[in-house]
Amino acid sequence: MSPAAITTTDAGAPVDLDHIRIDYPDGPAAEVDLRVEPGEIVMLLGPSGCGKSTILRALAGLQPIAAGAASIDGLVHNGPEAHCAMVFQEDALLPWRTARRNVEFALAMRGVPRRERKQLALELLDQVGLTPFADHLPKELSGGMRQRVQLARTLAAEPRVLLMDEPFGALDAQTRLDMQRLLISVWQQRRTTVLFVTHDVEEALLLADRVVVLTPRPARVARIVAVARPRDPDAQLQPEFARQSKEILALLGHGQLPSTEDLKD
Amino acid sequence: MTTTQERALPAVEAAEVPLVERVLPPPGGGRLATVAARSLPVVPIVGAVLAWHLLTWYDVIAWVRFDKIPGPLDVYHSLGAQLGTAEFRQHVVSSLRRILSGFVLAGLVGVVVGIGIGRSKAVAALLRPLIEIARPIPAIALVPLAILLFPTSEQGIVFITFFAAVFPVTVATIHAMKTLPLVWMDAASTLGAKRRQVLFHIVLPGAMPAIFSGLSVSMGVAWICVISAEMISGQFGVGYWTWMSYSLLDYAGVVAGMLTIGAMGFTTSWLIERLGRRVNRWLPGEAR
Repeated sequence: MSPAAITTTDAGAPVDLDHIRIDYPDGPAAEVDLRVEPGEIVMLLGPSGCGKSTILRALAGLQPIAAGAASIDGLVHNGPEAHCAMVFQEDALLPWRTARRNVEFALAMRGVPRRERKQLALELLDQVGLTPFADHLPKELSGGMRQRVQLARTLAAEPRVLLMDEPFGALDAQTRLDMQRLLISVWQQRRTTVLFVTHDVEEALLLADRVVVLTPRPARVARIVAVARPRDPDAQLQPEFARQSKEILALLGHGQLPSTEDLKD
Repeated sequence: MTTTQERALPAVEAAEVPLVERVLPPPGGGRLATVAARSLPVVPIVGAVLAWHLLTWYDVIAWVRFDKIPGPLDVYHSLGAQLGTAEFRQHVVSSLRRILSGFVLAGLVGVVVGIGIGRSKAVAALLRPLIEIARPIPAIALVPLAILLFPTSEQGIVFITFFAAVFPVTVATIHAMKTLPLVWMDAASTLGAKRRQVLFHIVLPGAMPAIFSGLSVSMGVAWICVISAEMISGQFGVGYWTWMSYSLLDYAGVVAGMLTIGAMGFTTSWLIERLGRRVNRWLPGEAR
């Protein structure tokens, strides 16, 4: 947590989505205006199919932006950029490469010389606790382990913005909890800006600085909820947690909107 | 012949054992049941050879006529005699050289063209119609053309083999391009991979399972074409040798030739299979 641990190359970049619109062939998918501070963790939460993943894909350069501008660190970007790497929900690992070789692939794409790759890959796998499994193929790893490898591989790209598209959505509750802890510890070391898509209200409140609640398609910002005590281990025991969780659920169409003062940004 | 088959069998059987045992009911039947299960694959083969022997030994004529057909013992002696001669080995080598040249060429061209068609609309528009016109023509129908086109029959035979073998690989590769999970490409490009890197690190390895199934089909048709072309226009090769034996009324030689072709076909298919398993050991169904 100490500021000394923050290196300039790894520290997060600010992200500015300036009135961007993303279109599908059959109409607009998302219309968003959002600023994310450097090193902030922002969770995008919305009903399924609302276009929240599309926003991440646009930032990753996998989806064209129809209007407005997305800038990272003040630079308007278009096309896939390595400083904006993405962790996917599905198995995005290359199944013919071992865990280590998957990480090495990312290092190679970043231009790390061949002889340095193995050592660096092993260090990254160590950070996600997978050293004993470095030489295993993805099919020999559990779902949680595969997501750990994906995280290590994405970190290998040294992204200044980490995009996470429901990365823990397919995991069981216990593994998901472990992964959330792992993400926080990695984030504490690197202070990467994180944009994280989820449909799990609890996950959003546990990880976020701010939770962006989106409307059904086309995704627009319905409300931005600033978490009272971000990543506080005891957060779930606080009345504030329950209140915010209830507020978000109401926005998503489950139950009544509480009549407290809103935490609009 | 019988002895070669019987000698080969225990090896095949040993490899199959775990499978057979899994199928078997648990102990109770005991040793006898195990022995019975292990001998199951042998029974039809021994039966067929025995039937062959009896039908030819007694020169059975019952609509089909076995009086001119060589028996297993004749074939065994013929094969034994031929395998020792340098001339016969020369025929084997020349067939193998032809099939490998045609097959390797077809594999390379098929993969390159398949990737081109699968990944570029322009290449698809350019080549797809030509391929669809050429594909239904049986390669063996090109023999007269090949004789006219090429200075030597050797090149003609390689051309016909290539023509037969190239389409299965091409079609398999085109299909592979459509079934590659997009998330691999997405992941690679967010990590900074360029088009060329995506091609060599994602597309090619990801398409290998399909490419290998195309290659094993190609190997089958390649053998059909090499042998037929040799029978028609060759000067060497096992196909040529088999046909010559027929012309010289050496019927045992014909069957010996057939069996040699079968053995070569089996070996090359087995090699492709082995290589494919090695390359694609990451597939969910492959044990490491």
